[in-house]
Amino acid sequence: MSFVLNKVRRAMYLDSVALMRLSRAIADIDGVEEAALMMGTPANHEIMSDAGLMAAEGRTAGGGDLVIAIRATGETVAEAALKDAEAQLEAPTAKSEDAQAWQARTLRSAVAAMPGANLALISVPGDFAAAEARKAIRRGLDAMIFSDNVSLDDEAALKREAANLGRLVMGPDCGTAIIAGTPLAFANVVPTGDIGIVGASGTGIQEISCLIAQSGGGISHAIGVGGRDLKSEVGGISTLMALDALRNDPATRHIVVVAKPPGADVTAKVLSRLADAGKPATLCLMGAEPLDLPSNVTQVYSLRDAAFGALGLDAPMATAPSEPAREGEILGLYSGGTLAAEAQVILLGQGDSLRSNAAIPGVSNEDGTGHLILDLGDDVYTRGRPHPMIDPGVRDTPLIEALSRTDIAVILLDVVIGYGAHDDPAQHLAQIIAEHRTDASPHLITSVTGTEADRQVRSSQLNRLVQAGVHVAPSNAEAVYWARALVT
Amino acid sequence: MSEKSNLLQGPLKVVNIGLDSFADELKSQGVEVQNVDWSPPASGDPRMAALLSKLGS
Repeated sequence: MSFVLNKVRRAMYLDSVALMRLSRAIADIDGVEEAALMMGTPANHEIMSDAGLMAAEGRTAGGGDLVIAIRATGETVAEAALKDAEAQLEAPTAKSEDAQAWQARTLRSAVAAMPGANLALISVPGDFAAAEARKAIRRGLDAMIFSDNVSLDDEAALKREAANLGRLVMGPDCGTAIIAGTPLAFANVVPTGDIGIVGASGTGIQEISCLIAQSGGGISHAIGVGGRDLKSEVGGISTLMALDALRNDPATRHIVVVAKPPGADVTAKVLSRLADAGKPATLCLMGAEPLDLPSNVTQVYSLRDAAFGALGLDAPMATAPSEPAREGEILGLYSGGTLAAEAQVILLGQGDSLRSNAAIPGVSNEDGTGHLILDLGDDVYTRGRPHPMIDPGVRDTPLIEALSRTDIAVILLDVVIGYGAHDDPAQHLAQIIAEHRTDASPHLITSVTGTEADRQVRSSQLNRLVQAGVHVAPSNAEAVYWARALVT
Repeated sequence: MSEKSNLLQGPLKVVNIGLDSFADELKSQGVEVQNVDWSPPASGDPRMAALLSKLGS
């Protein structure tokens, strides 16, 4: 019978990345079934309860308290693991390298210490993110909110206030931006150029900006707006402000918009603003039907076509690997949500039947039939766990299972590198493949979203994957076409 | 009270509130950053924190 042990450390805070790292270390101890170190916010209470990690003490924790929650095979193991966790919390490495230096305790004192501050990058727990962003915009800063779990009502109210103040709010749940040549959060090192991107999707911005970079182009700015900005409740406030900013930006020659399809009312606003911009524009609404467009706007249906459309080039198509085709279906195990959406758009366009946990219009949910495209960055997989772009281990279990399946023809993967991402995702994948692949395993196809200037170095990642027997396509779109070519 | 955002003109001067790693990565690029040693305000009560932010604290 399992034993659940909780300890609450009052008024102690560590950021979520540090806590996830500690949680994983404690969960790996022999005899520990599950472990979590989390702030006691309402959302985290729910996660820990659902995971069977809550005891009476944990339930007393407030949002400013840290909960150590352990479920183990017995009381002795749990006590030992708790002692280990507390020792690690006291270790100096639990905080960043700057922990010893003076640091502002509030936004106000940070702004006082750095006159001319112009952007607040906010990644606190979602329950507090809107409050911090509100302080930032009222002090004259624009805000990028990386945090998720901000309510739609809070997002709409915050963006309305920001618009009245003339401030731009990127996010919530904004994973990627490149502003004035500076990559923020999960972004890649791309050359500066004349293409401006407005994106409601992090990996969408990453794939488009990297494909542009690989073909010799560059990015003026990539403005993330968060996945819900184009919902009717928010009305595209940040998207419209970003389009105005790019219209007025002399460095931007061509504008790209990437998002999920919005409602008709918001679509009309975006098209009208694109027409006003008067610059050539490429519109990529993943899974949308063809639209009536202003004369300066071209609609495309994939991230690859968005990149090459902005460059004014025809999108190339690399030749598929010369491997025997197999009977079966494609299984997509994606870390990037918009890369998973692009796979669906392409397969649907080929008339295939498919299903997904993050289905675009026209695709059935996981209970359907046909190819299965999984977005492993979806909340179902990441609640209380790191995103698979940070910790590729999140993909291990479904990948290992798929490598033994004879009814799957192709396993389709993505590898996303750059700031924020894992140090060496290709090596992690290669190791899993080397340990679990057999002669009967499905074909493996991937692409690498990134550039040579990223610290993981795209060509190094690519070579490692090729050595591991993975076919690496130049883009996610081509990876999907290759996958189809290897299915009978 | 404020003029319109001129963020795109750069250079960025970033106040980082949350993940320390974001501040470290920006500093490594030579971006001017002030990292806030943040902890949940209002004893960790999100509703109280929201109220305080609306009152300008």
